[in-house]
Amino acid sequence: MLGKTAGGLFWMFRYLERSENTARLIEAGQRIALTRSGSVDDEWTSVLQSAGAYAGYVETHGSEVTRDGAIDWMLRDKDNPSSVLNMAEAARNNGKTVRTALTREAWESVNENWMTLKEALKRKVPERDLPDVLTLIRQRSAFVRGAMHGTMLRNDIYDFARIGTFIERADNTARILDVKYYVLLPSVVSVGSSLDNVQWQTILRSVSAEGGFHMTFGQDPRPREIAQFLILDRRMPRSLAFCVDKIRSNLGYLADDYGVRLRCHSMCDQLADHTMSRDIDEIIEMGLHEFITDFLKSLSALGGQTEIDYRFYN
Amino acid sequence: MENAIFDEMWGRDGALREAYSDFNGWFEQEDPGRLRKKQAEAERLFRLTGITFNVYGRAEAAERLIPFDIIPRIISGREWSRLARGIEQRVRAINAFLHDIYHRQEIVRAGRLPAEMISRNEAFLPQMIGVSPPGGVYTHIVGIDLVRTGPDEFFVLEDNARTPSGVSYMLENRETMLHMFPELFSQNRVQAVQNYPRQLRRSLSACAPASASDKPTVAVLTPGIYNSAYYEHSFLADKMGVELVEGHDLRVIDGRVAMRTTRGYKTIDVLYRRVDDDFLDPLNFRPDSALGIPGIMDVYRAGGITIANAPGTGIADDKAIYSYMPDIVEFYTGEKALLKNVPTWRCNEPDSLAYVLDNLTELVVKEVHGSGGYGMLIGPTASKREVNEFRKKLIANPGNYIAQPTLSLSTVPIFTKAGLAPRHVDLRPFVLVSPQGVDITPGGLTRVALKKGSLVVNSSQGGGTKDTWVLED
Repeated sequence: MLGKTAGGLFWMFRYLERSENTARLIEAGQRIALTRSGSVDDEWTSVLQSAGAYAGYVETHGSEVTRDGAIDWMLRDKDNPSSVLNMAEAARNNGKTVRTALTREAWESVNENWMTLKEALKRKVPERDLPDVLTLIRQRSAFVRGAMHGTMLRNDIYDFARIGTFIERADNTARILDVKYYVLLPSVVSVGSSLDNVQWQTILRSVSAEGGFHMTFGQDPRPREIAQFLILDRRMPRSLAFCVDKIRSNLGYLADDYGVRLRCHSMCDQLADHTMSRDIDEIIEMGLHEFITDFLKSLSALGGQTEIDYRFYN
Repeated sequence: MENAIFDEMWGRDGALREAYSDFNGWFEQEDPGRLRKKQAEAERLFRLTGITFNVYGRAEAAERLIPFDIIPRIISGREWSRLARGIEQRVRAINAFLHDIYHRQEIVRAGRLPAEMISRNEAFLPQMIGVSPPGGVYTHIVGIDLVRTGPDEFFVLEDNARTPSGVSYMLENRETMLHMFPELFSQNRVQAVQNYPRQLRRSLSACAPASASDKPTVAVLTPGIYNSAYYEHSFLADKMGVELVEGHDLRVIDGRVAMRTTRGYKTIDVLYRRVDDDFLDPLNFRPDSALGIPGIMDVYRAGGITIANAPGTGIADDKAIYSYMPDIVEFYTGEKALLKNVPTWRCNEPDSLAYVLDNLTELVVKEVHGSGGYGMLIGPTASKREVNEFRKKLIANPGNYIAQPTLSLSTVPIFTKAGLAPRHVDLRPFVLVSPQGVDITPGGLTRVALKKGSLVVNSSQGGGTKDTWVLED
């Protein structure tokens, strides 16, 4: 398999994951905006931050964040490299580059994702259409995943796609935690205000984990349990621990397949063993913010090392 | 009433021709509403598959579909066998000609071709002098453009000996027809085209250099996803089960060309390149090329890789050389050419130039090195101003042009809102050459001018395509 193809797959699936995550963040942001009185523009600032789109927004729009401005920037602005529309196009271009590594069904699903979103995001999305458009984005991602899952061989092609998916997903969950960590700190617990309740629900909603959480922990979210759920719960498909496990297994399949362990493998072991073996009290004790910052740094280094070890670029 | 134009379905006199009889029986039973739906469905299928092409020089609407018409073009088995013999003869002659041109140039010594046709020709590649490609094959893949003017009158309009494109349309058009009208294929015995990718791989492998193992590594070289034919490049690589590479994936290592894989560099034995000669090797040709592989020509000359088609094959499909093709075929095969050339005036010859200038409104004038229907004059349909402007260009640089009579090209019906309507067509059959022989896929790409009366079939100029059937005898 060409190094370029491995890189193309890795990034294609990162792009798809990112656009889906952005749709989720917008959904959660819109929800909080509709259920809270008073100014909600702070909330859009933190949505932009979680989506990694804040700096670009400020650069083009100035520091005043509005709901419409934020949503349009994240969904369809040509100048935002991570907008859903740009991601759909980038994923499809990567799909073209790696076309020979995809099944016809997987390719057509990525192509159709782009065709559909290009049409749906042709002009500014009116508020009343927003729920439908966000649903469409998530559904199209699900189609791609389904086509991939149902038709692709489980070989190195699949491994690179999965590694990209889970690095992106872990990155996304970690960034949500990074932006919102302060509402999960013990000092806030005592307050227990309805405001915090809304914030906690928002966090769960932005990783599609409300139902799963309630099933596991009951109706009343408590910050320690939310942190536990999003960081360490191996049953939760968007938790850090879950994503790291997946990255580790797919890197492991590559090592078995190629018969050689590389630096990225030991980096991943380290990430899994040292970071994920702590319990939640320990993590909160040592500092949630520091923990997340460290995690993001290691994750990014792991991504970079994988690119080098498998010769994505040279 | 006799019609001046030959229609392949209805002849000149309106009597249904035999090859179309089963098809017509089916067509007459069909509900036009259903067919219109099918026509729209075909377009959706093409978009979904991504069979689009890029139009150069237009930022907007960068990706377009080549319109597909659901009425097949049908050729009888007997007609096809005749054509196939002519094509094979022509392709063998082209290969022999290329070998000769880059070696002893016997044809020039024999006085059958003026020396300046070679020495002053931009398509002649001095780097190829004395090089003998593996298996002696220069044009592994050839597309011969044919036009028809009557039941038995076929002419070669153009030889495509560099990197002929369009074969993916031949294959996808058939897939689409099979998907939409399966019943047609149980009623008609249509020869299969689907084996083309397998034959292509076999044919390319058979041309591997002596240094290759018995399972040669083949790869397709593309300029990248923004190239107008990228879909075809990825399609062929995918169907052959080989890697699709770009220049930056490749590097010369220890005298071989190798591709960067996730496990390190892997040697390539046969490179089916869809990159022009000029861009192939920045060390040997255009130094600013980012699409090529520095040093690949040196590996090639040393026998370390097969490049398909060989560099320098453009000398054989040059429009000025074209006019000598009947002589070329005769010179190398010892037989009269089975396929006719369109009569051609070479404007670098004073007598011909005078004739062409006197008859501009009757003729088609083409640039010697042009392609894609750009830079040509179609006298009978051009405006006075266009003719006058062309006259100036022609006088300024006569050697750059050839002229041909305007042929009354045959028509095949297309499906329109008002029912069947005749439109002009051409045909590009695809030919594979290897030491094991010449292999012609029955059928090819039929291009059709969708505008009424238009003779220009190029996709860049609004042409469409049709599925092409060759019936079994």
